[in-house]
Amino acid sequence: MEIKNAKYMKSLTDQEKIGISATIGGTDVTVPLDPANRHYEEILRQVAAGELTIADAD
Amino acid sequence: MSKAAELAALIGSGQAQGDKNLIINGAATVHQRGNQTASNGSAVYFVDRWNMYHNSGALAANLQQSTVVPSGQGFNNSILVDCTTVDSSVGAAEVALLRQIIEGQNLQRLAYGSSGAKSLTISFWVRSTKTGIYVVDIYHADATSRTQSHQYTISQADTWEYKTLTFSGDTSIATDNDNAATFYVQWVLMSGTDHTSGSLATTWQNQTDVNRFVGQVNFFDSTSNNFYLTGVQMEVGDVATAFEHEDIATTLRKCQRYYAIRENTHASSSQYYSMLQAYNTTSIFGYIADYPATMRATPTASQSGSFGAYKKDSGNASMPTTIGNLVGTSYGWRSDGWASGSNLVAGDASVMFANSGAKLMADAEL
Repeated sequence: MEIKNAKYMKSLTDQEKIGISATIGGTDVTVPLDPANRHYEEILRQVAAGELTIADAD
Repeated sequence: MSKAAELAALIGSGQAQGDKNLIINGAATVHQRGNQTASNGSAVYFVDRWNMYHNSGALAANLQQSTVVPSGQGFNNSILVDCTTVDSSVGAAEVALLRQIIEGQNLQRLAYGSSGAKSLTISFWVRSTKTGIYVVDIYHADATSRTQSHQYTISQADTWEYKTLTFSGDTSIATDNDNAATFYVQWVLMSGTDHTSGSLATTWQNQTDVNRFVGQVNFFDSTSNNFYLTGVQMEVGDVATAFEHEDIATTLRKCQRYYAIRENTHASSSQYYSMLQAYNTTSIFGYIADYPATMRATPTASQSGSFGAYKKDSGNASMPTTIGNLVGTSYGWRSDGWASGSNLVAGDASVMFANSGAKLMADAEL
């Protein structure tokens, strides 16, 4: 699965991490921090494999 | 056996009950995403609940909902895999799989891991330009990976054929009662020798890849090749029964557990969504809309088209047309901070709108 531009998002109101913005298969998406979500599972796998880095939130 | 006795036997086996089909959208009627193209290394979803996975650097395929159907069976749609670039030299590890993934809690009726483990029968209509032997494989993905595979033969090119395959029950390993991927029900379209050089596993065995796709033809050997599938049913028991046609609302509701869209389908007008709140002079936030059904897990959220919001005085707040910080929650879409608007007043209400064709998507597929 091609994942690009992975970056943590934070809430405007409380500054908590709310998800990861990324481009998956050419589509801009927000991936929740939920282990049952297949995209989050794949992001964690790619990070562990050294294939992907998640940038910090702005 | 009399008809009454046959009916009694069917009821006793559980086969005559409603909702007997463990496959969702087996008639390919729901197609929320639209047509797609296959992608190396990715499971690409197209007709709802169906995806194609391949790991070939060569092949390309269009993945579509088709109106080519077997006549007289009550179907209006089928799944179509259209080979657009061939893989004429299949690498040992390469595979191409058309599949549906089923969560464990929908498989509990099979009573796997007990002496009462039930067999299941898969029936389907299939049509392919490429004749020969094909394989349907079930991969049980819980803690101990298990597989069982069966062959079927496409005898005539470009002709609809009805197939039934019976898989024995697994008395050894239970299916987890959860929302995770448990069964991968896979129509194999191509395979290298890593999955074909053994003996076909026609009873459950621990995953041994060489025993899984034995005999499989290479569907991707010609750009003339089309593979169609419809009327897919997977039910408890040793006998295939008539396909359980569903009303569209029932099938759509089942699909929306895994993928959902909210779209403004008005041809030319914007549509109000919900009331957000101004956080400061340039930003709004809040809850946008419910999913149409409870989803399997917190979904991946995305959007297309243009959105906007109003200020307190009903003037346009000049928000960027893409919703900022759009996230999926367990029950709906929200914005955790949509910035760069203008002339807002903190605490004021802001009505959000979607222009024609704008849509929100939520993906909780397996």
